[in-house]
Amino acid sequence: MIITVQKPFEEVLRMLDSIEDVFIIGCGECSTLCHTGGEEQVKEMAEKLQKEGKKIVGAIVVETPCDARILTKDTRKLSAEIQKSGAILALTCGVGVQDIVEHLKKMTIPGLDTKFIGQTERIGEFYERCRACGECILFETGGICPVARCPKGMQNGPCGGMYDGKCEVGRYAKDCAWVLIFNRLKDLNMLDLYKTVKDPRDYSKLNVQPREVVWIKVSNP
Amino acid sequence: MSQNVFSNLMSQLKDRKFTFTGELEPEKTTNLAEVIETANKLKRHVVACNVTDNPQSFGYVSSLAASYIVQREAGMETIYQLTCRDRNRIALFSDLLGAAALGIRNVLALTGDHTTLGDTPQAKPVFDLDSVQLIRMIRQMVDKGMDLNGKQIHDPPRFHVGGGVNPNARPLEPEIFKLEKKIANGSEFFQTQVVFEIETTRKFFKEAKKFNIPILVGIFPLKSYGVAEYFDKTVPGVHVPRHLLEALSKAKEIQEKEKRKAKCSEINLEYFTDFIKEIKKTTPAAGCHIMSVGYEEIVPPLVEAAK
Repeated sequence: MIITVQKPFEEVLRMLDSIEDVFIIGCGECSTLCHTGGEEQVKEMAEKLQKEGKKIVGAIVVETPCDARILTKDTRKLSAEIQKSGAILALTCGVGVQDIVEHLKKMTIPGLDTKFIGQTERIGEFYERCRACGECILFETGGICPVARCPKGMQNGPCGGMYDGKCEVGRYAKDCAWVLIFNRLKDLNMLDLYKTVKDPRDYSKLNVQPREVVWIKVSNP
Repeated sequence: MSQNVFSNLMSQLKDRKFTFTGELEPEKTTNLAEVIETANKLKRHVVACNVTDNPQSFGYVSSLAASYIVQREAGMETIYQLTCRDRNRIALFSDLLGAAALGIRNVLALTGDHTTLGDTPQAKPVFDLDSVQLIRMIRQMVDKGMDLNGKQIHDPPRFHVGGGVNPNARPLEPEIFKLEKKIANGSEFFQTQVVFEIETTRKFFKEAKKFNIPILVGIFPLKSYGVAEYFDKTVPGVHVPRHLLEALSKAKEIQEKEKRKAKCSEINLEYFTDFIKEIKKTTPAAGCHIMSVGYEEIVPPLVEAAK
């Protein structure tokens, strides 16, 4: 899921400096699971802002604010309140913020920082596992991603900064992705995959440029 | 290994002569007088010198410019270090053509230390290619006269390409497999990470000797107790033997500067002469790469003594 953390409250206040009436939108999916934009956090945020003298004209947790259809349907009955507000405070990931801006046509302030696509170990403990690079190579690497988990994105084995299976970036606190990959492939009896030299990646197809997936549009016009 | 010989380094390695290379580290300056002076001191004692490329991600004067100037001014053959950290494949390719045009004949292809470890940690790390892919690209430029996409180079470069390898790696197995990959992709020689212990060196060669490729063992004479302690404490996997540390620690107590320096040199000469002789005797190493930045005066007597 998309891992988010709440921005420092002072930063939220600074962005809302000239705004009196605030409408809050939370997220029923990832941000709820991260405890950053669910029912409880929306309520807490409303209370904190009220203490600072802001007026909360309305609040809602949209099931999936990143889905334009659900966002517009869920907020339709609240459009009067939304229009009355000076700004929307979005407790969603960056995709949610932009979906809100595009469809609700209102100044929208991000209340969260979007960190990464990650795995949840428990609340407050998340690990980045996918960079959404656009061309999955997990088969070749035993299901461990060097794009997301190696700071240099090495493709052919560990660099000189590995010691005791740990990575020098972050002072040997994290595992070296390539030692994990090596051990996994060895366990699977698939070391040939390690020995194969990987070609340089084709960044004209990867996520450096903005991308759109349009296959549904193409097959169901 | 390719059939052609373009450099003195490769000529010596092909003759299977025990080979010494040195190291030059250009710094944050436009004045290369000091580097040229060091190169002059090392001349006749080492066959070629590495010129480091922003080592440990500290921003210094370009290794390409320094390599060229050292060759021109000091007549010292250089091993141009090139890392993937700061350049995408277009810039790497372009710098390599420039290096060949300037008469550089040896390249050491490295991934490079991570940006966050250096003096400009805010920089965007590039790492478009890794060292294995860079080695392969250089091979293709030299052997086929082509860029990565198969486009022809007019008047292709003539380089010998080398790689790095770390005998201290733990686990060692993935490192050995990676060494094999670099060889399979055309690396013609290797220089290792710093090693202080003969046992580590032997263990490494037990695995590496099957490849029958020239490997120069990285050694680092210790100018002072401070340098030794720094290595021992901060470079993981690199252990300075106890008795060497203790000897240098004792030397530190000598009040008179000249006497202290002399004692340190004596300790270094004794330790590293034995070490190099052991390497010669008990491993198939092709030579030693002496990293003596700031302590170049040790190189002539050491090379002489280890003969």
